[in-house]
Amino acid sequence: MADTIRFELVSPERLLMSEDVRQVDVPGAEGDFGVMPQHAPMISTLRAGIMMVRDAEGKEREVFVRGGFAEVRPDLLTVLAEQAIPVEEIDEAVLAQEITNAEEDVADARDDETRQKAEYHLSRLKEVFAALKAAGHS
Amino acid sequence: MPSLKELRNRIASVKATQKITKAMQMVAAAKLRRAQSAAEAARPYAERMEQVLAGLAGSLMSVDAGPKLMVGTGRDETHLLVVCTSERGLCGGFNSSIVRLARERIALLQAEGKTVKILCVGRKGYDQLKRIYGGLIVETISLREVKQVGFVNAQDIGRKVLEMFDAGDFDVCTLFYAEFRSVISQVPTGQQLIPANIADPEEEKEAAQGLATYEFEPDETEILADLLPRNITVQIFRALLENAASEQGARMSAMDNATRNAGDMIDKLTLNYNRTRQAQITKELIEIISGAEAL
Repeated sequence: MADTIRFELVSPERLLMSEDVRQVDVPGAEGDFGVMPQHAPMISTLRAGIMMVRDAEGKEREVFVRGGFAEVRPDLLTVLAEQAIPVEEIDEAVLAQEITNAEEDVADARDDETRQKAEYHLSRLKEVFAALKAAGHS
Repeated sequence: MPSLKELRNRIASVKATQKITKAMQMVAAAKLRRAQSAAEAARPYAERMEQVLAGLAGSLMSVDAGPKLMVGTGRDETHLLVVCTSERGLCGGFNSSIVRLARERIALLQAEGKTVKILCVGRKGYDQLKRIYGGLIVETISLREVKQVGFVNAQDIGRKVLEMFDAGDFDVCTLFYAEFRSVISQVPTGQQLIPANIADPEEEKEAAQGLATYEFEPDETEILADLLPRNITVQIFRALLENAASEQGARMSAMDNATRNAGDMIDKLTLNYNRTRQAQITKELIEIISGAEAL
């Protein structure tokens, strides 16, 4: 059995990553899930969060993703993210911008359902960024 | 007959123009390469998105209670036309051909008694449309400050379109842009955005079968509801990128033509100049000789 799985991270602007990896932890809409080779096929939407990628040599990398979905097949994982930034490249300005956008969404929401979603998104972002800061990034 | 000095001045001015058009052509060529690679880089995302959407749509067709973005509002009264054009001129018939296509569509819709609204992206299209259909333009988005079209620009436009749709401002949305075929051929296209125009049923079924083995988290309906608005943005983004490539392609060939025309003009003017000069020398010689003979 192969001990790696093909992993593709695609943002609307370009293909960000395409390589064989051992494991990827994806922040799914209904909870984080880890993908390893021979995972059962599934499709899940994403919530804002940090994706952990462990490559073939066992090195770990973290990528911030927001919006989109992941498609899992036994030999292939494709993550289509509306936004994907490697954690090393995130800085204060990006964080502030994201938070402002999310706050605007909350203010703009017309019905309860969208407001709830937007509020959840905002709290998620704040959580993620707090975790990032604690880890010494940004 | 223009004097020698006048001819010299004209040759100099045409030469200066030629230098400008030549430079613009070269700049357009460089930008075209960048725009093309950007369009190519964006392709995998759009393709994957389409595949999954087609599959989901296919598997949900039987339920036929799809979200509004897919099945439409059930009416066909108000049309929104999103017309994407460039911010700068001097690119041949690029803007005009897009605007012409949009205008034909407007005339057709109005003849059928439908209400038409226009959302202009890009200043050139707005300038051309406001003369006849100024009253129909509901909003103009300028990308003047944008050097390289980014996903955020598409997101802004997408958000506006979705807001209007949610407010019930229109039933059908069509996107106009120029599809990039090659440097010399850009095809103005009208693409229906809402209700989503997803591949034909046969393909959908196939795609649905391909997806049948998947587990969904959350369920299909929710994923579809999440993806459809994103798909609109992706389609707009694709149109903007195609447009950017087309614009540069059109400008390149237009400027190539202009450079050639200027070259032809310089040749003609130079010939004229030399002839005039020779005629003048001959005339002066005759004057001197006849003057000498008279003595």
